[in-house]
Amino acid sequence: MNIEVTGARILFNFCGVNITEIQVISWTIIFIVFVLCRWLCRGLKVKPEAKRQIMAEYIVTSVQNLVGSTMSKAFEFFSPFIFALMVLSSLSSLSSLLTFKPPTSDLNTLLGWSILVFLMIIYYKIKSMGFGGYLKSYTEPIAVLTPFNILSDLAVPVSMAFRHFGNVVSGVVISSLVYGALASLSTCVLGSLPGILSQIPIFQLGLPAVLSIYFDLFSSLLQAFIFCMLTMVYIKMAANVEQ
Amino acid sequence: MEKAIILAACAIGAGLSMIAGIGPGIGEGFAVGKACEAIARQPESRGTVTSTMLMGCAVAETTGIYGFVVAILLLFVIPSMFLAML
Repeated sequence: MNIEVTGARILFNFCGVNITEIQVISWTIIFIVFVLCRWLCRGLKVKPEAKRQIMAEYIVTSVQNLVGSTMSKAFEFFSPFIFALMVLSSLSSLSSLLTFKPPTSDLNTLLGWSILVFLMIIYYKIKSMGFGGYLKSYTEPIAVLTPFNILSDLAVPVSMAFRHFGNVVSGVVISSLVYGALASLSTCVLGSLPGILSQIPIFQLGLPAVLSIYFDLFSSLLQAFIFCMLTMVYIKMAANVEQ
Repeated sequence: MEKAIILAACAIGAGLSMIAGIGPGIGEGFAVGKACEAIARQPESRGTVTSTMLMGCAVAETTGIYGFVVAILLLFVIPSMFLAML
């Protein structure tokens, strides 16, 4: 029995660029989110009648409350970005329930998001301190610590990406290990039976679902939430806002 | 022979790197214990305490995750890289 943990498979080559399954799934998820948004925003009225408008308003106000309480009232314009990150991350992780390879189990996706957040952190630092002040902040408290300051800045996107990546990949690896173990257990018990009877996967039924609830539902949704919380906290610290 | 040595070294290294799992385990245990104390003292603050604790636990998990990533690299990526070099 072989257990393979590999990166994303390359599906086809488009003008010299390798398109992996991760990219296809990510674009599908983006399309699904787009269609959902169009559906939720169709026929808006001042007095909500349709259930979907009430749902949309509930989502918008709760995200704005979350962003407003975590960052500040002045940063509520961030809520679309934060909610987009949250929805993309959670839908990507949940796609493993449909036996796809979740895009969040590829480091490239998460490094892309966290580098985006990193650029925003730098932008807000420069905005709040000025360019000279930003460069000077690396030499504080004393000039000897400059390399460590640069390292601790670079650690932000790396740790954000690796935290989410590690959580999702640990789920994928442990699930595949359990599936392999249960399959060999089934063949051990039923293997001596004749014909198709030896192929019945009795042990693979049910038990992996318990693991799936923790790794696919709880852990991935929690990581999506934490990614957004950390984004908000870092940007708030960079922008130096008063509560 | 070289192949066997490389595979064995990778497996031992992966096992050693997962020692990093001890730290987050102890730390998260402390955090959850303190959260239980806080909820017992002030049951009405259950929501905030729980969400703060989950957030802190996920941040404390990071070092363990680093160890896990290194272990994954050692088990699934490095051996094929080195075996291709042989």
